This record gives sequence, C-alpha cells and structure tokens, in this order.
Amino acid sequence: MNNLRKRQINNVVAFAASTLATLIGLAMLCAILWALLSNGLKGMSWQVFTQMTPAPGSNGGLANAIFGSVLMTALGIAIGAPIGMLAGTYLAEYGRRNALSTTVRFINDVLLSAPSIIIGLFVYTVVVMQMGHFSAIAGAISLGIIALPVMVRTTEDMLNLVPASIRDGSAGLGAHPWRTITSIVYPAARNGLITGLMLALARISGETAPLLFTALNNQFWSTDLTHPMANLPTVIFQFAMSPYQDWRSLAWSGALIITAFVLFLSILARTLAGMFGKHQSAGE
Amino acid sequence: MAVTPLYLITLRREARIESVFRIATLVSAWTVLLLLAGVIVTLIYGSLPALKAFHLDFLTRSKWNPVEDEFGALAPLYGTAVTSIIAMLIAVPLSFGIAVFLTETCPRWLRGPISTAIELLASIPSIVFGIWGLFFLAPILQRTVQPWLIEHWGPLPIIGKLFQGPPYGIGMLTAGLVLAFMVLPFITAVMREVFTMAPRSLKEAAYGMGATQWNVVWDVIVPWSRTGVIGGIMLGLGRALGETMAVTFVIGNAHRISTSILAPGTTISAAIANEFTEAVGDLYTSSLIALGLLLFVLTFVVIASARLMLMRLERGGVKRA
Repeated sequence: MNNLRKRQINNVVAFAASTLATLIGLAMLCAILWALLSNGLKGMSWQVFTQMTPAPGSNGGLANAIFGSVLMTALGIAIGAPIGMLAGTYLAEYGRRNALSTTVRFINDVLLSAPSIIIGLFVYTVVVMQMGHFSAIAGAISLGIIALPVMVRTTEDMLNLVPASIRDGSAGLGAHPWRTITSIVYPAARNGLITGLMLALARISGETAPLLFTALNNQFWSTDLTHPMANLPTVIFQFAMSPYQDWRSLAWSGALIITAFVLFLSILARTLAGMFGKHQSAGE
Repeated sequence: MAVTPLYLITLRREARIESVFRIATLVSAWTVLLLLAGVIVTLIYGSLPALKAFHLDFLTRSKWNPVEDEFGALAPLYGTAVTSIIAMLIAVPLSFGIAVFLTETCPRWLRGPISTAIELLASIPSIVFGIWGLFFLAPILQRTVQPWLIEHWGPLPIIGKLFQGPPYGIGMLTAGLVLAFMVLPFITAVMREVFTMAPRSLKEAAYGMGATQWNVVWDVIVPWSRTGVIGGIMLGLGRALGETMAVTFVIGNAHRISTSILAPGTTISAAIANEFTEAVGDLYTSSLIALGLLLFVLTFVVIASARLMLMRLERGGVKRA
C-alpha cells in the first residue's frame, strides 16, 4: 500500500505542477497584453493615424509608417500568395506522392521555421545591392518570401480536406484537372484558403528583421516603391531603442496597433477554419 | 471548307489551359526549392571575403573589431548557445506541463479557450515581445530576480560564476526568458498533438493494471510519443536559435563572452540586425553575412532533423504538426 500511496501523491503533485505551468503561460499572455494596453493607449489619439513620424521632442504620429506597412504587406501577399497557392495546388492535386512533392514539402517546412533575418540578407544581396539602394519593393519581396511557405502549407492542407469523391465526380463528367480544381475544389475549400491567406497576412504584418535592411526606414511620407519607406516594425524598433520619451510612447502605440491587428486576424482565421472543418465533416 | 465543330474548339481550349495550369503549379513548386538554393548560394557568395580572410578561425576567434577589420564569430555563437539553452530549460518543462494539462487534467469546456490563448502567444509579433521585454520584464528582473540570484546563488562554488556582476536587467538571462515564452506555444502544440495520438488501448491497459493517471502519462504516453516530443523540442530550438528582434531588444548587444548569464552579450541574429545597415567596408559586411550563413546552417540542421522526426510519426498515419 505504501507504493500506491506514493504513486497517488506523485499523481497529485504532477497535475498540480501541470496546472501551474498552464497558469504561468496564461499569466505571460496577460502580462504582455496588459503592458501593451496600458502603455499603448496612453499615447493613442487620432494624431497617431494622421501625422508623420516626428523628430525627437516634437509632436507627431505614425501615419507614414502605417501606410508603408499596409502597402508592403499587401504587396508581399500579392507576391507570395499566388505562387504559394499554385505550389500548394501542385502538392495536393498533381504531385501527391512523387519525389518532387516530398522534397518540396520538406524544404517548405524548413523554410516555414527558418529565421526571417536570413531572408532579409538574401533579399539585400539579390535586390538591394543590385538596385544600389534600399527600397520598399525589396521590403515587399522579403515579406512575400516569408508568406510563401505559409501559403503552400495551408493550401495543401485545406485542399486535402476536400473529399476525393467530388473530384472523381467532376473527372467523370470529362473535366480536365484544372477545371475540376478551379471550379470544384477551390470553391469547396474557399473558407480554408481564406484562412491560409489570413495566417500569412498575420505572419508578415509583424515581421521586422527582414525589413531592417531592405525597406529601411523613412521619416517622411513616401509612395515611391523604389525608395526607402517607413514601416511600423522598423519605426517601433528605432523609437523604442531611443532615449526620447515621446518616441517610446509612439513605439508602444505602434506595437499595440500591430498586435491588435495580428490577434484579430488570428482569431478570425481560427473561427473560419473551425467553420470549414465542421462543414467538411458534415459533407462527408 | 470544313468547319471545326464548336465542341472541338472548346475541348482543345480546355486541354491547352490544362497544360498551362499544370506547368504553372509545377513552376511554383520548383520556386520553393529554388528559393532555398538561392538563399544558400547567396549566403556562401556573400561570406567568401570573410572566409578567405579568416578561414575556419572565424568560428573560434572572439575578437570583433570593425576598426581593425578583425572579426570572429565566437562571441555571437556563444550568446546564441547560452540564450537558447536558457530558453529550452524554461520552455520545455512548461510546455510539457501545459500539454499534459490540456490533454489530461483540463475540463473539456476549458480546453478550447486555454489552447487558443496559448496559441495566441505564438502569433504575437517578435518585436512586441522585444519592447515588452525591454520596458516591462527587464526592470522587474533587475529589481527582484537578479539581485536575489546574485546574493544567494552568486557565492556558490562553480555555478556561482553564472550569477555574478551587477543586475543590468537586460542580458543573456532576460533574452533567454523572453525566448522561452516565444517558443513555448510551438513546443506545446506539437507535444499536445502527439500526446492525443497515443493509442487508447495502451492507456486503458495501464489503467487496468492500477496505474494512476500520472503513471499513464509518464510511463505510457511519454515513451510512446518520444520521437514527436523530441521533434517538437528541436522545432522550438530552431526558432530560439534564429529569433532576432526580441533578442536584439534585451540582450545588450555587447560582443563579449561572459560566464555570468546576467551580463550583456550578443547573438548571431542580434549582431546582424544591429550592425548590418551600419557596416562599412566589404570585410565587415561579409563577416556579418558569414554569421548569417552560420546561423542558417545551424537552424537548418536542427529544423531539418525535427521535421524528419515528425515526418516519421506522420507516416504512421498522423497529421503534420
């Protein structure tokens, strides 16, 4: 009985510890959100969205940085999403189990967790050095490269959820694979594909490291893609590391804006994915 | 003159589009491979001047002096290793605890909300972790944890060396701590997934022999899912090694090797992020790219082995984590 008693005590201790670990994890999330809200809301006003990034000591906002971030993120998605979706389509529809697909799947998974700063170095060498100067388009390309593996992965996963029987039905009517894919499979996986798009968007909208030496930064309003452009992450980095109080306050506001946007996207993506999963299993 | 029937025109068009579409998907799939090849070639090409100047000594030299054009990777390499070890020491037990909690202890209705909350931690951008670590976590550590460590653990023989010097707030310990919470959701997700895969019959057999729930977790589920657990840990390690912005904020960016984990240091990625745009001279730039190559090789090996382990599990009919 002594042994049993010991095991029972172990049992209670172990599960208490696991509960504690969960509480620590949740506490960290709360601590981050709390710090963001309390520091970010202090500096939040309409000025943040309408005025340019200021010189130290003067008033200003983040308008040019927000614009730059939106533009480069959109361009990044425009570059990464179509290629990623087509590659994912190849893996799920054409390649399936051939050697190329197995290799691409593996390399894609590696790219998915590769450090983003490496992508920054790559784009710096290939684009910035060739152009001779930093530019918004280089920033957009590096974001596109980071979005690509996310899109490949989610597209493949989502297309795999579509039951094979409806593909067979379409093929039985004499449709070519492309017709089946674009008219039957894509619409059936629509919510899933949108989820993937949002996950990719969430992934790149907070990326900082690859922008540091591609898009650089710009204190002024710029819409010229061939020149350096302000963007929220780089501005947050520069302002937070500075000794000026008003810059730091703007950095917190910027961090709050990005986090709110990214969390909103993530939750929306989860909800959509949940709906998609239910819909698919009901259809089986 | 024979008129081509309309259905034939349509059929031919459909067939033409088919070949175009098929090639487009094929080219896109190849793009993924070419991208990786491009990254490797670019990094090697960019680091050639540095490798020619320093050879393999680059890895073992601790000197980093832009003025004299002397560069060695030892300090950033050391910082990367120390911060990643600290991160894993904290993140692995916590992730294990959370995964056990979510699969075993947690009431069913709470599982969804709690796992969502943990996953949200993964979507918080790294720059936000950085700003939080610098202005929120570092001051707290400086006031509370670090003085305590210096006072109580500093005088101990051998391990005391790790806890000496003034409490800066920022430094390798803080960086490791921030990293721990960044990789925690990734490790948790993999562990949770492999834990739920353990066959029901095995668990019930153990319960039938009088095992407690913890016995089942520790003696049945964990050994069964060993490969997946290690894969998840390696995946987390891969992220910790390459994480840039959060570390750059809190590590102090000093090219030096200190035995004390409370001291400032630097990591490979932090050195690149901090110095790359300011680097003047080809050798300086090339040395930073060589650091990038080093980081790439390290993370590639770690991530690739993690993926191979998880793929082996997957072949047993399990979804990718």
